[in-house]
Amino acid sequence: MKIHGTGIVRGLWVTFKHFITTYIEDLRRGPRFYNTPAGIEKRRSSDTTGIFTVQYPEEKLPVPEEFRYLPFLVYDENTDGSRAVRCTACGICSKVCPPQCISIVRSSDPATGKPVASPAEFYIDVDICMNCGFCAEFCPFDAIRMDHDYEVASVDRMAHHIFDLNRLLKPASYYASIRPTNAAREDEARAAKAAAKKPSAETAA
Amino acid sequence: MSDLDQSIPNLVERFPEAVSADTRPGYSGFIVAPGLFIQVVWALRDEFGYDYLSSITAVDYLPEDCIEIVYHLYRSIGGPALVLKIKTSRADSAVPSLVNLYPGAELQEREVWDLLGVQFTGHPDLRRILTWEGFAGHPLRKDWHEPFFEEDVKPYKSRWPEGQPRRIEDQNPYHNNLAYPLGFDPESWAPDGDESLYRTLTRGTGQNGLRTDQMIVNLGPQHPSTHGVFRIAALLDGETVVDLKPVMGYLHRNHEKIGERNTFLQNMPFTDRLDYINSMSNNFGYALTVERLMGIRPTERAEYLRVIMAELTRVLNHLFAVGFLLNDLGAFFTPMIYVIEERELILDIFEAVSGSRMMCNYFRFGGVSRDLPEGIEQKIHNLVFDRLPRKIEELDAYLTNNEIVRARCEGIGVLTAEQAVALSVSGPVLRASGVPYDIRRADPYSIYDRFDFNVCVRYHGDIYDRYLIRLDEARQSLRILEQALKDMPEGPILAGKPQHTVRVPAGEAYGRVESPKGELGFYVVSNGKPNPWRYHVRAPSFVNLTALAPMSRGGKIADVVTVLGSIDIVLGEVDR
Repeated sequence: MKIHGTGIVRGLWVTFKHFITTYIEDLRRGPRFYNTPAGIEKRRSSDTTGIFTVQYPEEKLPVPEEFRYLPFLVYDENTDGSRAVRCTACGICSKVCPPQCISIVRSSDPATGKPVASPAEFYIDVDICMNCGFCAEFCPFDAIRMDHDYEVASVDRMAHHIFDLNRLLKPASYYASIRPTNAAREDEARAAKAAAKKPSAETAA
Repeated sequence: MSDLDQSIPNLVERFPEAVSADTRPGYSGFIVAPGLFIQVVWALRDEFGYDYLSSITAVDYLPEDCIEIVYHLYRSIGGPALVLKIKTSRADSAVPSLVNLYPGAELQEREVWDLLGVQFTGHPDLRRILTWEGFAGHPLRKDWHEPFFEEDVKPYKSRWPEGQPRRIEDQNPYHNNLAYPLGFDPESWAPDGDESLYRTLTRGTGQNGLRTDQMIVNLGPQHPSTHGVFRIAALLDGETVVDLKPVMGYLHRNHEKIGERNTFLQNMPFTDRLDYINSMSNNFGYALTVERLMGIRPTERAEYLRVIMAELTRVLNHLFAVGFLLNDLGAFFTPMIYVIEERELILDIFEAVSGSRMMCNYFRFGGVSRDLPEGIEQKIHNLVFDRLPRKIEELDAYLTNNEIVRARCEGIGVLTAEQAVALSVSGPVLRASGVPYDIRRADPYSIYDRFDFNVCVRYHGDIYDRYLIRLDEARQSLRILEQALKDMPEGPILAGKPQHTVRVPAGEAYGRVESPKGELGFYVVSNGKPNPWRYHVRAPSFVNLTALAPMSRGGKIADVVTVLGSIDIVLGEVDR
């Protein structure tokens, strides 16, 4: 086959256009194209042209609400400042976990030895966690949820990568800040459930 | 389609002495006596037109003390599967090899030998394929336990209610975490695996009658052109490839054994990790198979969401494949970066919908995990109707008539239609060889029978056609997407309540989807318990690699890289 080079030139024209557009877009938009949420949003929209990349860590892509990274445990803040941990140590998350990275010790009443609906210890081995989100999806008490914080690198995996209760617990206000629509929907459902339960409890009494 | 003979031939009538129908509840197909197996398959291929051997696998029925080898055959003109089974004893299992009838059986038979220890008599090269030569036992046998064995099935009892985290390396320290075959000493072991590998290469006669020296060159396993950790042992005469063998298994983790420990649902996120470019398609295949076993159908809206995600994945994969092919041709990363832009935009959608860019874990049995968040439908709309068609045309203008691309691709790595069918090749590689076989049309699943699209086909079977067909298919995917977006109804996204432990009746099911790489099949056997008894993945990249040697023989060593790029493999799926 003879190589005339017209195909190559036409192809290179595409590259050239990409190259030039980058500068034109830069000049047109000026500095507000960088380091601003609007600029980042523009660069990931479907009509973006020119520069596409985001300069991490100076610029960070916002994560969508459904984004899931590692699990955390939600607690409600009582008016007196104490923590009401939502988890009841029912064990569904540890059973549904595909790589089996969740270990739970159930509390028991020191006097009777009967199990109590709260976790004494709760561990997640984050080296094994595969970020699938099943634990959050199937938790019946809205107690375990997937976090948005993806910057969790550490220097010593043996010391830091088994998260305990201390590390896992985060307030409900934090959860509402990262997943506002989910949190609102779940709060509503829980309130409705509690309201439905009350009258029946009274009639039983 | 309607004028084709879709009926399953009555094999019992034709071979009354050798074939009986599989009448176990939940099972289908025919059980064949090993003695007449070759004759039966021969008749199926040449009399009944079952020319495409899709999948070979085996099931270890430990309680019944037998191993059953399962074959799925198809007609390359379309239609449902014909399932054949042979039973053999566990202690001394041997069945006739089908390599002479279907050359595409080669790698799959080796896999069954490696993982289940079934001898295929007459196989020309029955070596281990995914594990190494010093490996003890056959891991998919039910009585085989891995070094970190805890229990047969999940969930493990040690996690709740008295769960203390234990690190694997503390329980099973280094040096103590491997088992070797009897009489195997790793200290004194000298690897002869390479010698036995090289012996299988067919030496040529030399060029022009001259006795030339032939040499073996190993491409990989550490080489950027192999798309991962993959090795090609090539026998060269000068620069000409005389013969080659693909060597794989470097990324092997025994996905299927993990799958048999898992519950049905727990397998879903693991399927993401097979072909990690197309997690949505993998989810699709697995969900479809288990739904078939359970006898449920997803809701209307879920069907549309599934098709939208699967077709977006196809666009993404084909753009990516073209980018990588150009990388292999030496156009290093400029075309790649252009297509990665589009991929990023599609991944943004996946992230917003499923929560993760690549490990989507989006499908559930009977539907999908969540509905589209606000604003995402508009985003998909913009991509499908505006941006992606424009970008595909730009890519077309950019590359298709480039003389260097054409000189490097036209007439190179040719695979004829007959070869492609015989080698069980699937997907774009099969259709670029002139076989219009697309599972979405040939054996429709989900709601693909509602959409108007063309089955793309090209007839030269060379690398250039495999490049062109990917652009064609991306365009057809956009057509499907346009229709799906227009027709998608409102409604629930999941049939029934979300369940983490599904009830799956005993039986078997083989579900296959047209994944962007080819036919992705899942063979699942349930015994009514919460965990699958057998979970097998028929990976398209793995089977398509059978065609690498026939495509590369007689070509130059530099073209092997391009041929491999044009097959478009993902090692997560090849090695499993």
